[in-house]
Amino acid sequence: MRRDLITSLLAIVVMTVFLGVVYPLAITGISQVVFPGEANGSKLSVDGKVVGSSLIGQDFKGDPRYFQSRPSATGYSGNVTFFGNVGPNSVEGREEVRENLAAYVALEKPFDRGLTKDQVPVDAVTQSASGVDPHISEANASIQAHRIAAVRKLPLARVEDLISANTDGRSLGLLGEPGVNVLELNIALDKEAPIE
Amino acid sequence: MAQGWLQIAVFVAVLVALVKPVGIYMARVFTDQRVFLSPVVGPIERLTYRALRVRPDEGQDWKGYARSLIVFSLLFWVALYLILRTQGIHPFNPEGFKSAPWDVNFNTTSSFVTNTNWQYYGGETTLSYFSQMAGLAVQNFVSAAVGIAVVVALIRGIVARSGRAIGNFWQDLVRILLYILVPISIVGALFLVSQGVIQNLSHATVIHTLTGGSQVLGQGPVASQEAIKELGTNGGGFFNVNSAFPFENSTGLTNFFEMLLILVIPAALTYTYGRMVGSQRQGWAIFAAMLALFVVGVAVVYMAEQHGTVAQHAAGLHTHAFDGSTGGNMEGKEQRFGIADTSLWTAITTVTSCGAVNGAFESLTGLGQAVPFANLGFSEVIFGGVGAGLYSMLLYVILAVFIGGLMVGRTPEYLGKKIGAREIKLVALGVLVTPLFTLLASGLASATRLGTRSIYAGINPQGFSETLYAYLSQANNNGSALAGYTGFIQPNAPGNSGAYGISFADLLGGAVMIGARFLPILFVLAVAGSLAGKKVSPAGLGTMRTDNPTFVFLLVGVVILVGALTFFPALLLGPVVQSLTTRLF
Repeated sequence: MRRDLITSLLAIVVMTVFLGVVYPLAITGISQVVFPGEANGSKLSVDGKVVGSSLIGQDFKGDPRYFQSRPSATGYSGNVTFFGNVGPNSVEGREEVRENLAAYVALEKPFDRGLTKDQVPVDAVTQSASGVDPHISEANASIQAHRIAAVRKLPLARVEDLISANTDGRSLGLLGEPGVNVLELNIALDKEAPIE
Repeated sequence: MAQGWLQIAVFVAVLVALVKPVGIYMARVFTDQRVFLSPVVGPIERLTYRALRVRPDEGQDWKGYARSLIVFSLLFWVALYLILRTQGIHPFNPEGFKSAPWDVNFNTTSSFVTNTNWQYYGGETTLSYFSQMAGLAVQNFVSAAVGIAVVVALIRGIVARSGRAIGNFWQDLVRILLYILVPISIVGALFLVSQGVIQNLSHATVIHTLTGGSQVLGQGPVASQEAIKELGTNGGGFFNVNSAFPFENSTGLTNFFEMLLILVIPAALTYTYGRMVGSQRQGWAIFAAMLALFVVGVAVVYMAEQHGTVAQHAAGLHTHAFDGSTGGNMEGKEQRFGIADTSLWTAITTVTSCGAVNGAFESLTGLGQAVPFANLGFSEVIFGGVGAGLYSMLLYVILAVFIGGLMVGRTPEYLGKKIGAREIKLVALGVLVTPLFTLLASGLASATRLGTRSIYAGINPQGFSETLYAYLSQANNNGSALAGYTGFIQPNAPGNSGAYGISFADLLGGAVMIGARFLPILFVLAVAGSLAGKKVSPAGLGTMRTDNPTFVFLLVGVVILVGALTFFPALLLGPVVQSLTTRLF
């Protein structure tokens, strides 16, 4: 018993120091030297100013000049995260999707005449898990492309090119789902057709 | 869906391919043989024994082994509680967080010491980098190593033909950490960083967004914790939304890698087992039973999620897939993972005792939720937690041998050792104690005001699901949640001023986690002690084989039977109702 106590106390100190301080600090040190960009959050800069992270989505608040991100339970918070926790059989869930559908169609239909509710992709009207999903589906982006082309006075084909240039495919061509990186796309859009 | 099935098939293929090499490596580590890391790690290992005053070759009987394990875990519990309680005075606290309330700390400490990682707190709004690194991540290593040590001790008991020793706890602990968990975590963490998972000690970054607003990006030493969080089937996220947050899980590739980290040790341990008992077929039989149950779960959850929810259909949303859209229930899911990878992760994290999530469980479809419920209801024996899964499954194996023996009218034997009344009593206790904790606690929480305060969805099937899942998850040391259920209110997040805990949920949950972790461990070690030194009788014509398809079928049947008998009535009230009705609540 006495020996167990002594060994336990020694083990707690040794393990806390090596697993809890040395290990994470060593990983931090190596990461900061070898992968500084990734280790610090894959930040994106425009004209030398940081405007976001390529991994963290932003809220474009219905501004018609920009591609819109997915609905978020957290208002695109990057430091207070939580799930929307909308249940599968909840009235709240029905209302949320109903409102999002109506808002989406109201924003896009003036520019995409043929658009009906049936064509709206699911990612456009449901909350993401992280609240900061950086991506939208390709179908979602091609619907929004009509609006962007009209508002930014760009040919639709050019907007579609920008979409494909800012689409992250499946990893290794196999894993996950393709997604259009909304922030990167909007940055590219600002470069292509700057807002006055 | 074809692409989704392909991804799932590729994952299973890679996993199966890893089982043998990793299994052999671990068997060599557990039996004190040389491995390729020995030249580097060997000197560190010997130095550690000297520092800890351990005599590694001194065998312990089951009581000695259990005593070392319990004393060590108990004292580490105290140490972690003190670290969390005194958070304000430690370094690496750029946000200046004070301690969370005592009852939340009680729950969190119990949670991490028991390999559960149930979280009533939000990491980025409650804990300093020091608490995460030196408090929680240390437990991610240690509690995982303890779980593996127990199964190694049980295997030694099954194998030992003379004497009562089942190994040395300290030697097992040190070797598991130095040869398995630490090296894989170092490589894994660096790989994750290379793919975008963050690793720094900076203050949260304020940025000015494209539309002129501002956004604060949480920072921290995430990758180093992420790697061991998955590898040790711990599951406690650095951020509140866990592996859904892009800084924890940035791409389809990191997602695949993290899923492999979760399953690799529990799956490979079956091979290790076969090797250590001297019959590879015994290991494969257990692996086959686990894989069968796992694959069915994946398929059900994927098809359910691809269908969409009742609420979405009622709102007029078309949830079919078409070119450029995954379709399905994307509520609470990330676009980069889609339906298939979120479904696969959901099954993986609940068959193992990991509990990390890459999507919101509360937003799964009714039938999709039923799979995590079932996986937990089977007491985490489908691969299960590192070590814990296999030792729980071995209890079921002995139970199946016993039931099979009764059916054919012979004295039950396992690997040549007679299973007597003492072993069967211990096995029954070990199998039943976790469900007992679950049902008592969720009954208490459902029936009292103190308990229903924690519910988010209201007094309806979803609210009942939240409660049942909370205690199912904590009793099985899983840690995933229907995350509306809460034990910690933070009115003024970020920071935690004005925060308070719901003591009932915090204390009951903490007690359940400790009881349902350490009581089964004691029963398992007692079984190991009881089997050690038993004479081995040669297999004859009448011996029931435990390495053929018939036995796999029997084993799967026993697992399902025990789980269904225990939990079916409760499941009817929650996920089953929700998947059968089109009513909204």
